[in-house]
Amino acid sequence: MSQTPSQTVGPFFSFALPYDEGPLVVPEDHPDMIELRGRLLDGAGEPVSDALLEICQPGLFGRCETGADGSYRFRTARPDGYIPLLIFARGLLKPVWTRVYLTAEAPFPAEVDPVRRSTLVAAPEGERSYRFDVRLQGDGETVFFAY
Amino acid sequence: MTLTDPHPHHLTPGYLSTLLRAPSYPPVRPALDPEAAELLDPVYGHRPVGPLDHDLTRQHAGEPIGERIIVTGRVLDSRGRAVPNTLLEVWQANATGRYAHPVDQHPAPLDPNFTGFGRCLTDAEGRYRFVTIKPGSYPWRNHPNAWRPAHIHFSVFGTAFTQRLITQMYFPGDPLFAYDPIFQSVPEPKDRERLVSAFDLDVTEPEWALGYRWDVVLGATPFEEE
Repeated sequence: MSQTPSQTVGPFFSFALPYDEGPLVVPEDHPDMIELRGRLLDGAGEPVSDALLEICQPGLFGRCETGADGSYRFRTARPDGYIPLLIFARGLLKPVWTRVYLTAEAPFPAEVDPVRRSTLVAAPEGERSYRFDVRLQGDGETVFFAY
Repeated sequence: MTLTDPHPHHLTPGYLSTLLRAPSYPPVRPALDPEAAELLDPVYGHRPVGPLDHDLTRQHAGEPIGERIIVTGRVLDSRGRAVPNTLLEVWQANATGRYAHPVDQHPAPLDPNFTGFGRCLTDAEGRYRFVTIKPGSYPWRNHPNAWRPAHIHFSVFGTAFTQRLITQMYFPGDPLFAYDPIFQSVPEPKDRERLVSAFDLDVTEPEWALGYRWDVVLGATPFEEE
């Protein structure tokens, strides 16, 4: 059967989809708790302030909308490998998929151009905190995946 | 079986917001193993679905203004099998075409009895059912005299994170289809038709609400492709 096509999430989802616990994927005292935060930027380097980000890990799901400065923040569990990150926004007619790796020594998919690998690696900011910015377009464009 | 990609292209110049947000590189298609994190069934555990969450006309003290409608259908996978017990979220403008969202400045009245957000789980046969009011069309600033056809936003989870879908359901015969770059962003006319619900007299309840039927077909998961 042919699939139902994707359409943009649009600018008016924030009264509906986000919820307070969405970014708080694990409790603060979880033994493997990490904080993952960053900004979402467009092709002009401007913040994307109306996006919805989702992550999925074994037994866990997180959702966070970006703020006026394009920022997001999850409290989640240190992944075994990487954290899949899915991004919806006004102007994205279909979502983009990326992956958050916490180390540059990770086993990246062979299909990823080595020159662009660094866009998939979060920068540590202390023992339990990582920064991962996403650039939708242009210089330093994040690697996006399709499945 | 090879199906053409039904989804819009990221860069759709008629929809101006895509110009600085569409990625320039084609997506990377990695080989996935069956344990890949993207193939997990999303565990959406934070907010249980309440018994009235599917009825957008009963969330306030009074009844909303507008044409009461029932929207029902099935969630299916690419082989036509039912997707049971999956979460759907819907959101929409009110009957005047105004969203209960602070960014929406369309000078049409808000309805104190309508928020425009609902949720439900599909049953064992993949069926869902919402009761709501028909949303109005509304203007936007994409181009001069731009109006969105009436639509309800749908968010669907499926059985693997790779099936995650957010889309919009439209109403049959809308005169704005031809002018809407978002609807027209779907390359093939037959795929666009998948976004349009059908009026259904069997769903319609006498002296109460008009019925529309709309099925959602999710993508295949990588290990199901033939």
